Amino acid sequence: MSTTAVPAVEGWFTTDAEPHLLGTRCTTCGTVFFPRASGFCRNPDCRGREFEDVELSRTGTVWSYTDAQYQPPPPYLPPSDGHEPFAIAAVELAAEQVVILGQVAKGYGVDDLSVGAAVELVVEPLYEVDGVEHLMYRWKPVQVTS
Amino acid sequence: MTAPESVAVLGVGMHEWGKWGRPFHEYGVDAALAALDDAGVAWGDVQFVAGGETVRNGYPGYVAAATITQALGWNGARVATCYAACASGVTALDAARARILAGLCDVALVVGADTTPKGFLAPVAGERWDDPDWLRFRLLGATNPTYFALYARRRMDLYGATDADFAKVKVKNARHGLHNPNARYRKEVTEDEVLASPMVADPLRLLEICATSDGAAAVVLTSMDFARKRAPSPVRIRAVSTVTPRFPNTVIEMPNFSTDSAAALAPPELTFRDSIAAAAYEEAGIGPDELSLAEVYDLSTALELDWYENIGLCKPGEAEKLLNDGDTTIGGRVPVNPSGGLACFGEAVPAQAIAQICEVTWQLRGQAAGRQVEGATAGLTVNQGLFGHGSAVLLTT
Repeated sequence: MSTTAVPAVEGWFTTDAEPHLLGTRCTTCGTVFFPRASGFCRNPDCRGREFEDVELSRTGTVWSYTDAQYQPPPPYLPPSDGHEPFAIAAVELAAEQVVILGQVAKGYGVDDLSVGAAVELVVEPLYEVDGVEHLMYRWKPVQVTS
Repeated sequence: MTAPESVAVLGVGMHEWGKWGRPFHEYGVDAALAALDDAGVAWGDVQFVAGGETVRNGYPGYVAAATITQALGWNGARVATCYAACASGVTALDAARARILAGLCDVALVVGADTTPKGFLAPVAGERWDDPDWLRFRLLGATNPTYFALYARRRMDLYGATDADFAKVKVKNARHGLHNPNARYRKEVTEDEVLASPMVADPLRLLEICATSDGAAAVVLTSMDFARKRAPSPVRIRAVSTVTPRFPNTVIEMPNFSTDSAAALAPPELTFRDSIAAAAYEEAGIGPDELSLAEVYDLSTALELDWYENIGLCKPGEAEKLLNDGDTTIGGRVPVNPSGGLACFGEAVPAQAIAQICEVTWQLRGQAAGRQVEGATAGLTVNQGLFGHGSAVLLTT
């Protein structure tokens, strides 16, 4: 990975070869939060105020999906001149029982997706500012060989 | 809890929906005056003004109720401005109704007005790294249609809904709104035209996603005692639901990046969207079988089908059948969006939930010329504002 690459947002994911989303877990009731929660637990039956960092499962299944055929308005920063449609998937993580929204990896579109299909987490450039690439997590379809 | 007393909808009024770019409060004044005239109430007799806030018009928008009150001429009325995104109008209505039921006033004006930019609704300017609504645009490029499309695709996968089913919702609503003088779009469209319009967020096409509009709506709410001196049998509000979700909310919602985790606590019996109308039915002691019509928030064609199930018109997975059988068309068992819905209006955020109440009121009075649901006696409005705002109102003759 280039040295002039930084996460587009701090503390949401790791950038190693097998990246993970970073969340927090309430040490009292065990509820997991992504993006990270701190300060107080949102479970109404829990008064927990302490959280530990957790890496979330890096594979999941597609809950639903769509794409962006038109360029979104600011504060979206287009990665290039001229809009290139990209896909978006909501992905269910079984262990955490949570659904997380993300763009789909470059090169994949809605035709590569179906509800229930397996995906894994990757990190890719989202946009560039002053020569510095800003990275974001994305969901990449897993090739299932039958 | 016994059912609360009714409050009367003594007057309703709207400014036509469109795109003119005038200051929002000008539309609001027109709608308010129309509602006051309809009620036969003088502006000076209004004791409380509740307004839906608009976020794209600077300070006057943040204090919309005061802005419109000042424009009508300060009369000493108390004011409250409410923000609950798309549900703002009903949050304002709820405040007015509660004040009347508490005996704190007899006459209240509820008003919402907006002027909107072209294209996708976007966050206001500035960098806000702690605002999920800002972050979803920056980090995901997720617009409002993104979320509508996720639900639409889910219907296709779970229930076998088709592009044609979704297109038929638009065809129906376009026909309903054809003669509605307040609608922005008054033109029939065919299924082929819908399916030929450009894809915006797969599987939703341009003609299946609601536009953003200028417009205003107002209602005059009064105590039943006050109303009966002026109208023998006014339309009544029987229930107002402004519920929030229960944790864990396991359906991904705008503008969030994720659902709540259900790992530590089981999800509630009803989804958030199911709970919105359920709270209104429970409060009124009236069930979905008794509805003559419903105005639901068709931000997209597919979302209208979700609402059929969420408000109990049919079981999950049966909405397409209800639509295709003509049950939700005027003349059918329970017409949905006889006004033409957002498909014919486009969304004017702080006014839209109030516009739904105007439509149901006209229907219950038998005054919905060209789109009348014959013999209507009970109607429900329902919508949802982002960040967990439910909104439903049950009205009867």
